[in-house]
Amino acid sequence: MSDPMRIRALVAGDKATVRILMSHEMETGQRKDSAGKTIPAWFIQEVTARHNGKPVLSAEWGPAVSKNPFLQFTVKSAKAGDKIAVTWKDNKGETRSDEATVA
Amino acid sequence: MLNRRDVLSRSGQLAALMAGAGLLPAQAQAAWNAAAFEIKTMAELAKALGASAPVESKDVVVTGPDIAENGAVVPVGVSTTLTGVKKLMLLVEKNPSVLAASFDVNDAVEASFTTRVKMGQSSNVMAVALMNDNRMLFSQKEVKVTLGGCGG
Repeated sequence: MSDPMRIRALVAGDKATVRILMSHEMETGQRKDSAGKTIPAWFIQEVTARHNGKPVLSAEWGPAVSKNPFLQFTVKSAKAGDKIAVTWKDNKGETRSDEATVA
Repeated sequence: MLNRRDVLSRSGQLAALMAGAGLLPAQAQAAWNAAAFEIKTMAELAKALGASAPVESKDVVVTGPDIAENGAVVPVGVSTTLTGVKKLMLLVEKNPSVLAASFDVNDAVEASFTTRVKMGQSSNVMAVALMNDNRMLFSQKEVKVTLGGCGG
């Protein structure tokens, strides 16, 4: 089980800037280990986010996104107290969801 | 003799098999766009997405450092003030995996996304917008990398 995502959502006017740090190896499938064997690709493919239950973000990623991925986006019409829930799914089918409150 | 019960049973089995293989349309649309992530050029990306040939545009903005100290974590962003945008994407021209990320654009979020990508070597980074009318617009920026980020 991976570490929880760190989600910070700060309101500015009527929008909220959401910054997320996810915990994931994001293995490209290009690297070889010390024995010369290729380390299999293991990376987040889909990221979705909901604002008070409503889907607001949908993204597809490839293995070029850095390890422990960072993501920043801005939700419109948001206010303090709103809920932001983020979910990722990787190429092995593993998935993780975390939630934060807009501050 | 082939009766209705057998036909229905066989159809169900075939559908389950096809669903497992991701061949049914509903499944295919929800799945990760493997074809898009295999492209090596913007022209190939346009084809994979059913878009017209990519056209450079000042309305699509790519942000990133001029020089990246560490190719493993290069902060890059894509944004646009245009409306009618379906997706915003980030490409790293010289990466083995060229398409790094694709973001769906909708009314609930600003058309602006930032992430960090791995860059194997100095390369152009492209911000690409796929419009609702299937036009493809892009801008690019050269990012120099002092220490490549693909590991090994």
